[in-house]
Amino acid sequence: MAENDTGKAGGYLPRDRAWQPAALTPAYKTTVKRSPQAALLSFPTTLSEETGPVFGHGHLSEGDTDLIHNFAKDGESAIGPRIIVHGRVVDENARGVAGALVEIWQANAGGRYRHKKESYLAPLDPNFGGCGRTLTDAQGNYAFHTIMPGAYPWPNGPNDWRPAHIHFSVFGQAFAQRLITQLYFEGDPLIARCPIVGAITDPDAVSSLIAPLDMGRAIPMDSLAYKFDIVLRGRYQTFFENRPEGS
Amino acid sequence: MTQELKRVRETPSQTAGPYVHIGCTPGFTGIDVYEADLGNVMKTGPVKGEEITVTGTIFDGTGTALTDALVEIWQADADGLHNSPQETRGIADPNFTGWGRCASDMTTGAFTFETIKPGRVPYPDGRLQAPHISVWIVARGINIGLQTRIYFEDEASANSEDPILSRIEHRNRIPTLLAGREKDGVYRFDIHLQGPNETIFFDI
Repeated sequence: MAENDTGKAGGYLPRDRAWQPAALTPAYKTTVKRSPQAALLSFPTTLSEETGPVFGHGHLSEGDTDLIHNFAKDGESAIGPRIIVHGRVVDENARGVAGALVEIWQANAGGRYRHKKESYLAPLDPNFGGCGRTLTDAQGNYAFHTIMPGAYPWPNGPNDWRPAHIHFSVFGQAFAQRLITQLYFEGDPLIARCPIVGAITDPDAVSSLIAPLDMGRAIPMDSLAYKFDIVLRGRYQTFFENRPEGS
Repeated sequence: MTQELKRVRETPSQTAGPYVHIGCTPGFTGIDVYEADLGNVMKTGPVKGEEITVTGTIFDGTGTALTDALVEIWQADADGLHNSPQETRGIADPNFTGWGRCASDMTTGAFTFETIKPGRVPYPDGRLQAPHISVWIVARGINIGLQTRIYFEDEASANSEDPILSRIEHRNRIPTLLAGREKDGVYRFDIHLQGPNETIFFDI
């Protein structure tokens, strides 16, 4: 039995807004005109937020987890240090979230994205698209095979560089759990200098986005590995039914 | 010292950035890795209820349209049931997924969903909510996904007894949550991130 499995599931636990980044973080300049200024309207979750679509394996194919090859020409592969990125999706009650949709995207080894609006001078890799997706297994586990993304400059401050990162979009069992975040890599000196990372003020929260090197999941003579666990919102655990019969 | 609760904290959010399309709608940005972009079709066959189009644009605090946003919606079917394993009240219309994902147009910023008018879903205390669509918005410059809801201007009676709408203190902001009927079957729902018409965003 999972931790804290003490009863019937209630609504979703509210987000900890002090732990999460604020909408307005002026050092990340784009937030200045894109951040709501009125207070958010707080309400308990309803069935509209406690439900969510189901993603079947029919939507996805096996190769979607292999970014080294999913865009490459036959017999070729993406350039860059080969890595496994793996982890477990759990909720705040530490229960694995099965069937979660995990979608990732990233720059190539030179720090260049394959996107119409991207113009960094680093070259595109003809064998790298930069996207992958998968569903977590019954315990919440997932894994991707990819290459180490490069750092790149971006127009914010006069000389701002993004640390190497992989974007993660995670869809659990409920719309209330919807989350997008970024994975950073252990030891990167650019993490502490990044205004986007700096939108998070709690150092423990920042640490929770930094994936450690995981030699136990490396493949000798093939790939290094990094572990990145993800926590989605959990539900109140109530002993008693708190909804009227039939609703 | 006390015993430990053994709960873990939600992973902090980070912005989706300008290239969210690569991961979530790769076909939209010309990366043909997958068969189809997820969430681009909500109706997989003949559906129950009134078929509608919901379209809009997201504006920043200067009134400029966001051309790099991603919008997701989630809603009940015409009977108020969700096509979800978490739905316990009945079986939803199998030809309606309830979930849509749309990248805003890279030039105009417009987003569009071909969907249906949702039925009414109960609030936790059993009262019926007015028909609504749940919305989640991410983009460059948005640190954590914004939650809001689309209600319908032409559902005045249901709106007047909705448990959430009726508890909004600033009544003059309620129109920011109402989609207006542009013509038959087409509703407009513009979203303002800031300014005098700032949309009501939820912490739900």
